[in-house]
Amino acid sequence: MEKTNKKRLWITLLCAGALLILVTLLENVLDPSKNVMLFISLKKGAVYALVAVSMNLLNGFTGLFSLGQAGFMLLGAYTYAILTIPADQRDAVYYIYNGSAINFSLPELLGGGPVGLVLGVLLALVLGGCVAAAVAWLIGLPVLRLKSDYLAIATLGFGEIIRAVFQWDKLGPVTNGANALKNFPTFSSFNIQGGLRLSTCVAFLLAGICIAVILLLINSTYGRAFKAIRDDEVAAEAMGINLARHKRLSFCISSFFAGVGGGLFAMLVNQAQAKTFTTAMTYEILLIVVIGGIGSVSGSCIAAFLYVAASEWWLRFLDTETYIGGFKVPLLRNGFRMVVFSVIIMIVVLFFRRGIMGDRELPDLLAGLSGKTRRKEAAGK
Amino acid sequence: MSETVLKVENITMQFGGVVAVDNLNLEVNRGEIVALIGPNGAGKTTAFNVITGVYQPTNGAVWFQGEKIVENHPQGKMKALYKGEHAGEYTAVLAPTPDRVTRLGMARTFQNIRLWKSQTVFDNVLIAKHCRSTSNVFSASFRLNRKEETRQRENVEELLETVGLADVKNELATSLPYGKQRRLEIARALAAEPKLLLLDEPAAGMNPQETEELTAFIGEIRDRFQLTVFLIEHHMNLVMNISQRIYVLDFGRLIAHGTPAEIQNNKRVIDAYLGVSEDA
Amino acid sequence: MQYAISILLSGISLGGQYALIAIGYTLVYGILRLINFAHGDVFMVAGLLMVYLTSFLGGILPPAAVIPAGLLLAVVLTVVLGFVIERAAYKPLRTAPRMSVMISAIGVSYLLQNLATYATGGLPQMYPEVPGISSTVTILGVPTKVVTVVTPILVVVLVAALTQLINHTKVGMAMRAAAKDFETAQLMGIRINAVISATFVIGSFLAAVGSVLYFTNYPSIVPLSGSLPGLRAFVAAVFGGIGSIPGAVVGAFIIGISESVIKGSSWSIFSDAFTFALLIVILVAKPTGLFGEKVTDKV
Repeated sequence: MEKTNKKRLWITLLCAGALLILVTLLENVLDPSKNVMLFISLKKGAVYALVAVSMNLLNGFTGLFSLGQAGFMLLGAYTYAILTIPADQRDAVYYIYNGSAINFSLPELLGGGPVGLVLGVLLALVLGGCVAAAVAWLIGLPVLRLKSDYLAIATLGFGEIIRAVFQWDKLGPVTNGANALKNFPTFSSFNIQGGLRLSTCVAFLLAGICIAVILLLINSTYGRAFKAIRDDEVAAEAMGINLARHKRLSFCISSFFAGVGGGLFAMLVNQAQAKTFTTAMTYEILLIVVIGGIGSVSGSCIAAFLYVAASEWWLRFLDTETYIGGFKVPLLRNGFRMVVFSVIIMIVVLFFRRGIMGDRELPDLLAGLSGKTRRKEAAGK
Repeated sequence: MSETVLKVENITMQFGGVVAVDNLNLEVNRGEIVALIGPNGAGKTTAFNVITGVYQPTNGAVWFQGEKIVENHPQGKMKALYKGEHAGEYTAVLAPTPDRVTRLGMARTFQNIRLWKSQTVFDNVLIAKHCRSTSNVFSASFRLNRKEETRQRENVEELLETVGLADVKNELATSLPYGKQRRLEIARALAAEPKLLLLDEPAAGMNPQETEELTAFIGEIRDRFQLTVFLIEHHMNLVMNISQRIYVLDFGRLIAHGTPAEIQNNKRVIDAYLGVSEDA
Repeated sequence: MQYAISILLSGISLGGQYALIAIGYTLVYGILRLINFAHGDVFMVAGLLMVYLTSFLGGILPPAAVIPAGLLLAVVLTVVLGFVIERAAYKPLRTAPRMSVMISAIGVSYLLQNLATYATGGLPQMYPEVPGISSTVTILGVPTKVVTVVTPILVVVLVAALTQLINHTKVGMAMRAAAKDFETAQLMGIRINAVISATFVIGSFLAAVGSVLYFTNYPSIVPLSGSLPGLRAFVAAVFGGIGSIPGAVVGAFIIGISESVIKGSSWSIFSDAFTFALLIVILVAKPTGLFGEKVTDKV
């Protein structure tokens, strides 16, 4: 048991390392300006993978159906943006409110230069996660007592409330009202001038570390307790698991990583604006989780990349009117991509309810192949 | 030897106007196996739920190892509705959640088996150890509790060996035959390291041979883990063979109490079980 | 004073429109225990159907017949849509965990929104003027649209009819039985699928009527027009106690009036936030709403 676990750990680490090197190589060998879609899909896929895994921790592993993910991402994105906009850019960004109420920037505070950038960005991301987790703790106090669908609708409502609060005029000097926050460090800031391009690598590294931590949590004694709550709440409580405490823990941790994911999302799109973090975004992430398999981390990751690549890149052609010779291909026109997309999703939901991975993980699948042969041998005896 | 482990004191449980348990008093001493029997709907499981913190009683108190763990008195709407006795005697409100009761040293099984369906036999037992682990979420995630984790895993292996489930430890809990699922539920309760084990109809749905095995098994684990056992049961064979003392509940009220031999000859018990016409 | 009256009037009108949507939520939830996330979008589709049907019929029918025919067809097609959604997306999942059905509902909502975006090209569509209810009248010295007056009356009439249906017909009895205990109702020989279909038909019909009243007040309609009114109506249903029709109506009027009041104040940006804050407070303080029944879990 212990041994296979260790083996799995090594395989996972090795795969992750190989992926990171591959991505870095790709970005430096291929010309990013000619493969825009590829690199956007990769980066967005990494960010969405993290957010989807964080949602899966809550919905798939703890059995709490929450729809507040976009709200927590918003908190993370704003915290990150507010803390990292360079001081001399603040007047330009907050021009409507005659400058910002906060006049420092973490990367500069930490010495500026590459070191300051790395430390400042990391610290801002972590703080973004902490803000999201703190808010989650607060709203979790009343909301987590609710049962399945009531919890869903209450967290959905929370997302709407957060969005309204951040667009409020009176908070303008901090949040820039309904306008976007921009000019803060993004993934591209990590490209070394005239040297290595690291933007995609950084996105993968940051998302990867977070996902790894979630994986460690899921496989720890707390992760097992979460699964027990998901499977049977009454039995879990009878076996000494404090429901309120563990649900709150899962909710806060999930929100923490959603917050970090929100910060990464801001880095990805070069801006933070409240109106992007809508319920539709939560639904998008939920659908990734469902497609990947509720209760499978690797499923969420695979589904995130597939979903993003399909919607941003592979299915783009569906949105442009195409002529083959003199013949106009029917149906193709703006918006068709999303229709095809939602039909695919409905098919998955209705006919492949377990998603790509069910509740298994990639290593399980590999081990399962060898396990099957072993069981066959045993049966043969 | 006669130290009281569990003491149920004047417990009344009333749902709206319906009195499910009426002024129940009982005691279980250390090392004993005590049974609570009674016809269907007599209020046995309700009594269990009150003791384990699932329900808050309407009135009365529960003591565990000399400490008062549950107490309540009729409040609010119940004040007017209350039909039981000893209404004025209790003033405090003590309502621990079931997990707290379990951590105090009382673990239970369920009448309709409630295993964690997607987990293996091994994990089902290991999860029950969670309430005894001292690590916080941080140290557990980053494996700073490796020693404890290893020790717990060893304990679980041992426990599975003891209850005879070691050979199926990697199977899904729900793939086990019924009798083994019962056994697994008991093993899971044992993993929580209880002083008092509460079994809710452990032999329900078992054939005579399985029941016999179970009878022996309960005695075995009592000695091995120095437990006190309090059980609800329908199978008279099991109850009569195994228990030192028996409490009989009918329509929520205690109607008899004594050794198996005394209970077997008690007229009220026989009436309750066989039924008696009102004017007899 | 005039200002207050106009706010109150628009609140009542809004509340009536929400009530018609909220009933659809409450009926479905009562029987299937499902938050039909797609219901708000069905409401939006009803509005779009009206737009397209009137422009289509305008070419083949005499002008006077266009609106009534369009209205009728739009309502019929919406009802068909509701029926089809239930059969295609919810019925196959009858035995699946509740979370799956809810995800399916979200999927349908997503599909309808994307279809609408595709059909409209993402452009706002002008809602046709419905003669009779689009014109302006003056009440208590406040100029307002006729629809403001018509809505509450229509709501009362429809709710009365629905109550009669539920309390005094066979279908209604079956619906009540199914809402009380789904499985037992099935065992008692109630054709549960027919009952559920009936529920969706009624819900979609009311949503279609509601959409005519609602969109008359707005110049145009976009694919996302349904999601927020839908959510507000759902909040109203929860507020009143989900499963209870009078509850949904009362809840909807309260939500409608408070929204109108907040929109008229300097806190207008918080109108939705307020609605949801109200929802959370209610769920926490009295999860069964104003008129809901208490349920207990068995261990």
